[in-house]
Amino acid sequence: MDTTRFTINGKPVELQIDPSTPLLWAIRENLGLTGAKFGCGMALCGACTVHVEGNAVRSCVTPVKAITNKHVTTIEGLAPDRSHPVQRAWLQLQVPQCGYCQCGQIMSAAALLAAIPHPSDADIDDAMAGNICRCGTYARIRKAIHLAAEMAGGQK
Amino acid sequence: MIATKRTRFHVWLSTFTLTALLGFLGFSTRATPCANTTPEDHEKSILAFRAVASVMTSPRCLNCHVPGDAPLQGDDNHPHPMNVKRGIDGKGSPSLHCSACHQAENAKFLHGPPGAADWQVPPANTPMAWKGLTMGDLCRTLKDPAKNGNRSVQDLIPHMETSLVRWAWNPGPGRTLPPLSHDEFVSRLKEWIDTGAACPE
Repeated sequence: MDTTRFTINGKPVELQIDPSTPLLWAIRENLGLTGAKFGCGMALCGACTVHVEGNAVRSCVTPVKAITNKHVTTIEGLAPDRSHPVQRAWLQLQVPQCGYCQCGQIMSAAALLAAIPHPSDADIDDAMAGNICRCGTYARIRKAIHLAAEMAGGQK
Repeated sequence: MIATKRTRFHVWLSTFTLTALLGFLGFSTRATPCANTTPEDHEKSILAFRAVASVMTSPRCLNCHVPGDAPLQGDDNHPHPMNVKRGIDGKGSPSLHCSACHQAENAKFLHGPPGAADWQVPPANTPMAWKGLTMGDLCRTLKDPAKNGNRSVQDLIPHMETSLVRWAWNPGPGRTLPPLSHDEFVSRLKEWIDTGAACPE
């Protein structure tokens, strides 16, 4: 066991943990933040997506040693009052069906809008193709990302 | 008749002079020996390059040195899933970087994401694509600073020592290795350079 320090949702944390432990395990089991989901465990589905230094990352294949002294954001920290444009757009369009993949979808969408504030459909395809939804909510996801872009523009 | 013979002579003389001049200046793209190498060196150089090329065209190298906008995967060179793109800097699209999945080391499980420090494909302005090239074109691409990342042939040696290139010999479970060891690969690369960096036709 080693000591790993990083910041999660703005709060510094220190874990006594095997440095090869996947970040997803640390988030869910050690820190009790269960928004990020275990889907495939192989970076194939995107359900575990979180942000590391603002970039979308698959936490199921990211060892905690890779995030030492870095800033991690989970769905719980995106906007605690659910005021993030992506969250509002998701609610307005009632995007989820079963919901299991949606935390990952939202985190990838938020990273996309941070990088490209007004994405085209092709930009959305590039960013979101790694997030699988077995319910097939892709059409609503695309609409919601465009709506979130409008909402974020309206806030400025 | 005399004028015709004279004209032919002038054409022959001009062609000979131009060819000699271009050859002297190193503009030849044919498999002719360099001015300061022997025919034996030239043959050794060609053989050394063929060994180098056997590694460059192995799936571990070729899958990222591709034309187009997306890397490949596997020994069958199939397209990378998830609509992964090269991106301007070779590190993925702005919203889905390679590092979203590829860590500084390989995932330990079968077919998990491979990893190495600075995981990327060549950048868009220098894609260093050699999939589909002939042996000669591959060689000339490798030597051309406009196509090889502005490197001299000597500069290629440190590139082959980077963690990303070395990853090819530690690719993680389920992936085949290049046909030569890394030491042998670098040795043949140096031999190719030292014998004039000659290219096959």
